[in-house]
Amino acid sequence: MTSLAWLLPAALLLGSIGLAGFLWALRSGQFDDLEGAGWRVISDDEIVERSSAEAVPTTPRARDV
Amino acid sequence: MEATLKSIAAPGAIEPASRETLVLSVPAIVCGGCIRTVESTLRSLTGVEAVRANLSTRRVSVSIDPAKTSLVALTTALKAAGFPAAELAGNAKSDAALKTSELLPRVGVAGFAAANIMLLSVSVWSGKGSDMDSSVATLFHWLSALIALPAIGYAGMPFFRSAISALSARRLNMDVPISLGVILATVMSLFQTMRGSEQVYFDAATTLLFFLLIGRTLDEQMRVRARGAAENLLSLKAINATVIAGDGTTNIIPARSLVPGSRILVAAGEKVAGDGFVVTGASEIDESLLTGETAPRTVLAGDHVHAGTVNGGGVLTVQITSADDNTLLTEIGRLMLAAEQNRSRYVLLADRAAQLYAPAVHVLGLLTFTGWMLTGAGWELSLTHAIAVLIITCPCALALAVPAVQVAAMSRLFNKGVIVKAADGLERLAEIDSIVFDKTGTLTTGHMQLTNAEAVEPAVLKRAASLAVSSRHPYAQALVRAAAQAGLDLQTVEGVTEVPGSGLTTTAAGYEERLGSALWVKATAGNDMASLWYARAGRQPVAFTFSDELRDDAAQCVGALQQAGYAVELLSGDRQSAVEQTAQATGLQHWTAEIRPDQKLERIGAIAASGRKALMVGDGLNDAPALAGGHASLSPASAVDIAQTAADAVFQGEHLSPVIEILKTAKAARRMSLQNFAIAILYNLAFVPLAMAGYVTPLVAALAMSSSSIIVTANALRLRSMALDLPKAGVAS
Repeated sequence: MTSLAWLLPAALLLGSIGLAGFLWALRSGQFDDLEGAGWRVISDDEIVERSSAEAVPTTPRARDV
Repeated sequence: MEATLKSIAAPGAIEPASRETLVLSVPAIVCGGCIRTVESTLRSLTGVEAVRANLSTRRVSVSIDPAKTSLVALTTALKAAGFPAAELAGNAKSDAALKTSELLPRVGVAGFAAANIMLLSVSVWSGKGSDMDSSVATLFHWLSALIALPAIGYAGMPFFRSAISALSARRLNMDVPISLGVILATVMSLFQTMRGSEQVYFDAATTLLFFLLIGRTLDEQMRVRARGAAENLLSLKAINATVIAGDGTTNIIPARSLVPGSRILVAAGEKVAGDGFVVTGASEIDESLLTGETAPRTVLAGDHVHAGTVNGGGVLTVQITSADDNTLLTEIGRLMLAAEQNRSRYVLLADRAAQLYAPAVHVLGLLTFTGWMLTGAGWELSLTHAIAVLIITCPCALALAVPAVQVAAMSRLFNKGVIVKAADGLERLAEIDSIVFDKTGTLTTGHMQLTNAEAVEPAVLKRAASLAVSSRHPYAQALVRAAAQAGLDLQTVEGVTEVPGSGLTTTAAGYEERLGSALWVKATAGNDMASLWYARAGRQPVAFTFSDELRDDAAQCVGALQQAGYAVELLSGDRQSAVEQTAQATGLQHWTAEIRPDQKLERIGAIAASGRKALMVGDGLNDAPALAGGHASLSPASAVDIAQTAADAVFQGEHLSPVIEILKTAKAARRMSLQNFAIAILYNLAFVPLAMAGYVTPLVAALAMSSSSIIVTANALRLRSMALDLPKAGVAS
């Protein structure tokens, strides 16, 4: 029975990490474009876009379309 | 006046902020490559700071410096790259989208709570068979309470809020029994946990919320998707206007920034951007979307023109007047407002069920309580059994029954190019037994077609079409298409001059040739049906007749509908002869021609008064009141925006068959909703007596709740891929 003392908190902690991950993903717009993200992986000039976006750091990330 | 025009012309003057985020609708984004092209096209423009294309919503969000670039520059560049774009007509982030982003975290929290509490509950249930200590069971119940209380408070909020607003309006909706069941279950479970007893329902309450939230999120998401697609379609209708400033310079601005008093230039073939009157120029205006009339109207200086009509061959300068003195638009608006009031009386199927269900549940709970009290069980046991009844009857399956079907039906239609804008529209569509079609643009494509090609010598047709190439007039373009269909190669004719409102003339061949109206070619031979004439000096003029081209499958669809027992009729603002021809070609017996918008609405009202439910299918401004007044309404994606807004669903493409598909799906959806209701009621019939008798344990409640929800959802999902037949007219049983 003493094993419950750490098993239960550990289980709940793991669960809450999952929940926190989901809420973070939701808030940071990971689910805004479910189809486009897959295509961006194979697009060549994505790196160029990243660096040009970093060149203007004050620009808010254009999302929430 | 000049100052006003200058301020319109300079976009920077409107928005003083140094950065602006625009959301553009770009429906042509269909693949990963498109994202790249669109983003790199926009990024190469000066003044564009950040671009993000979204493949799912087919929209692009762009941050620009308004001092360096403008909306028109962006859309022009995108159009050149093959992606017609427009700024979104509505708010970038609609209310519905906000609602979804509010629902999803609640789904996550409810899911987390349901999963963890279920794990604890399973331990307790399986522990009963072995040697689990009652103190450990109580510890597990306390842990469940710790997870459940905040989770239920947060995840249940949408239901509690909706229930409160329904109750304060003295109505009952499905959320009332849901909220009551969840809250009572939670409170009772907490009380039992304190006493160390076994009747703990935290798992049932959280699982219930989890399932219900999934149903509600799916429903909202489908609605957001449909609304987004409808907004995209409408945005593309927005047009630019070429404004002439006081000093004679021209500037292109979005049409909605036009102010009364501006002068605009309307080139040949362009849409008129606003209501006004012609200052200089002469042309023909295609008003088919306004009046249903297919033959263009000749306009001269001083004549009124309406927004959305298409200019023919001449160049016009139009002075914009305010919409207030536009009798047609205000009249249409007034008629629509009145017609829409009928519709708001419609009560949703789920709400009708709730009106019966909610009181029944509460009466059963009360009966259980009094029954157990009478047997002398004591108030505590009686209350426990009464609450068990409320939990078992908590309409999980019932609340999922309709939304699950509607999501399946709407996504089935969405994949076939039909956008259903609201769930109540789908339900009203299922009750249709008579159908009223508009002619121009609905049964027909709105394009002219040459009808007497075989009566004309090929050489004459070839020569006339060669002349016609240089005109934008619908008849001229129809002539060119007919010549191409006949396999004739057109010659290049130089020196063709067009006299707007009359026709074309040239002397390129060494003699005078004319193509145009009867008056223009001085035709004397009587041919009333002829709309266009070709004349060569010294020879008899040759007549061409035209009709509005039917949609490919119009006759087939009308035939299928009539065979299935629907009363189909045709109401058109067009000429008697044109409407009669269309009616004959499609096999329609009932038709009315030269009918005004208010008469269309009257006819719809007469159908409703005779106890039938009419579906109006139309695309023009003149159909808008009838669309708003019909029991349900459809419009093609080519329709004017006001008609699309009034319609319950919008169908895309060149065919009329979506009308049949919509009716099939709507009726099947109704049938499946009723099936799901039956499943939910069967479940209640099986478990409510058990609960009233006090035999329901938390384990039974959890199993029953989950299995009934899964069964109704699985039943609904069948609709996505089912093969359907067109059912007979009337309400599907």
